Amino acid sequence: MPPEVLDAPLAGSAKAPDRAQSRAQAARRRKLLVNTARVLLLVVVLGLWEALSRAKVIDPFNFSMPSRIWEQISAWVMHGTALGSLGEQVWYTLYEALLGWLVGVIAGVLLGIALGRIGLLAEVLGPYIKVLNSIPRIVLAPIFLIWFGLGPSSKIASAVVLVFFPVFFNAFQGAREVDRNLVANARILGASDRRVTLQVVIPSATSWIFTSLHVSFGFALIGAIVGEYIGATKGIGLLVAQSQNTFNAAGVYAAMVILAVVALAAEGLLTFAERRIFRWKPAGPDS
Amino acid sequence: MSAHTGPAIELRGASKTFRTPSGGLHTAVRGLDLIVQRGEFVAVVGPTGCGKSTTLTLVSGLEEPTEGEVMVAGEPVGGVGDKVGFVFQQDATFPWRTVLSNVMAGPRFRGVPKAEARQKAGEWLARVGLAAFEDRYPHQLSGGQRKRVALAATFVNDPEILLMDEPFSALDVQTRALMSDELLELWEGTGASVVFVTHDLEESIALADKVVVMTAGPATVKQVFEIDLPRPRKVESVRLQPRFIEIYREIWESLGEEVRITRERGAAHAA
Repeated sequence: MPPEVLDAPLAGSAKAPDRAQSRAQAARRRKLLVNTARVLLLVVVLGLWEALSRAKVIDPFNFSMPSRIWEQISAWVMHGTALGSLGEQVWYTLYEALLGWLVGVIAGVLLGIALGRIGLLAEVLGPYIKVLNSIPRIVLAPIFLIWFGLGPSSKIASAVVLVFFPVFFNAFQGAREVDRNLVANARILGASDRRVTLQVVIPSATSWIFTSLHVSFGFALIGAIVGEYIGATKGIGLLVAQSQNTFNAAGVYAAMVILAVVALAAEGLLTFAERRIFRWKPAGPDS
Repeated sequence: MSAHTGPAIELRGASKTFRTPSGGLHTAVRGLDLIVQRGEFVAVVGPTGCGKSTTLTLVSGLEEPTEGEVMVAGEPVGGVGDKVGFVFQQDATFPWRTVLSNVMAGPRFRGVPKAEARQKAGEWLARVGLAAFEDRYPHQLSGGQRKRVALAATFVNDPEILLMDEPFSALDVQTRALMSDELLELWEGTGASVVFVTHDLEESIALADKVVVMTAGPATVKQVFEIDLPRPRKVESVRLQPRFIEIYREIWESLGEEVRITRERGAAHAA
């Protein structure tokens, strides 16, 4: 052991550039391997699906096939859907999801911070919030349809109830777990209770809140889609419902693909906003 | 400020009892009598965990005494006042604010207009040697630099009373000596009264006019030593003076006993 320890730095210093180069090369090779494997996996899955479906091993009527889904998407893009242009459907769903998300997030953050800061309020409302949270909220969608009709407001309402709870619980937890030292320091420096809330509690709760924002946008989309599926005049959820009613499996899949693209784009935007807001944070291990 | 001429801080028979999470009662401080004169630098030493920090939270108004009285500038303490500055043991800089904004926080909280706060903060940052770091965030600084930010953020409020809870204990030895010198320089210009809590006897003698030895918990004052070393002092050189070593020996006799008691209790707990 000892002789090796002595030798190692000598050998290392002589070959340092070589080693750095080979390390970089290995990293590049690995990246290439991962990417190739990813593409290959996708091609294999889609190819298998297509082949099995064409060979009628699986029922093409029920399971459709990638080429038909692609045809369906391009048909919708080029010639519009039975409900109007595809863009309009996407926009409708997005509009409902976004509005529901915004309302749910604002309500969740405000109430979460308020309950986290005011002990009395938390004690009074705590059990009710638990009860409301235990209701499977998706069943409220039909009720909202009855209350608010076929228009966007019923979808917005179901998005709101889905978004509210995760955001609320995270904001509440974030407000509770503020570093006591920071609060004590702010008070010593002369901050009033209101200032402590605005300038210490809310900034330190933001990382908690942002965690829930990622998840909750997905929930908002679910709320909007389910609402549309149950009853609507426009939107991707209605597209799914109509495709299903006409036994158009490719249509259902195509709507799913479009939804996935929309959700990924929204997620990307959110990550971008998060990076800008959290400039004060030390870089994580992955960046 | 009134025409008050008495001591800056006065604790009379102050006790503090906490409720522990398991439901029991824990007395951190019992029957504490302590007087700090205006402009005096008092160091409080005692065994670890004896309740030194509780004394500071009582003076600051963050906590109220269970019994007894705490007076600052002749008036009983009721809540956090505007005369007090507090440097905490742990990092208490706001991580989402830049260095400049951290130092501006105190004046801004107290309603000073933005331009004036910015100017004062800039001056104090220059005095602690961080003028070039204004736009950095705390996580981009070293531990010593963050402590300097904390000092600037405290001094910018012009506190009459400066409470320090083992402020340099998380720093390495060299940085610590440097920071102690800087603290003395900053303090000498202000005339503030200081209560400096530490478990490091050397640090306390090098800094203070008066060293207060606390008993093993529940803490109360055991003995007070006047430190007659001339000012201005340099921490690194003052500790080599024969008088320093004499004082050290004298105080250690008193403090060592309390440390032993604490250690034996710890051993009894472990057994």
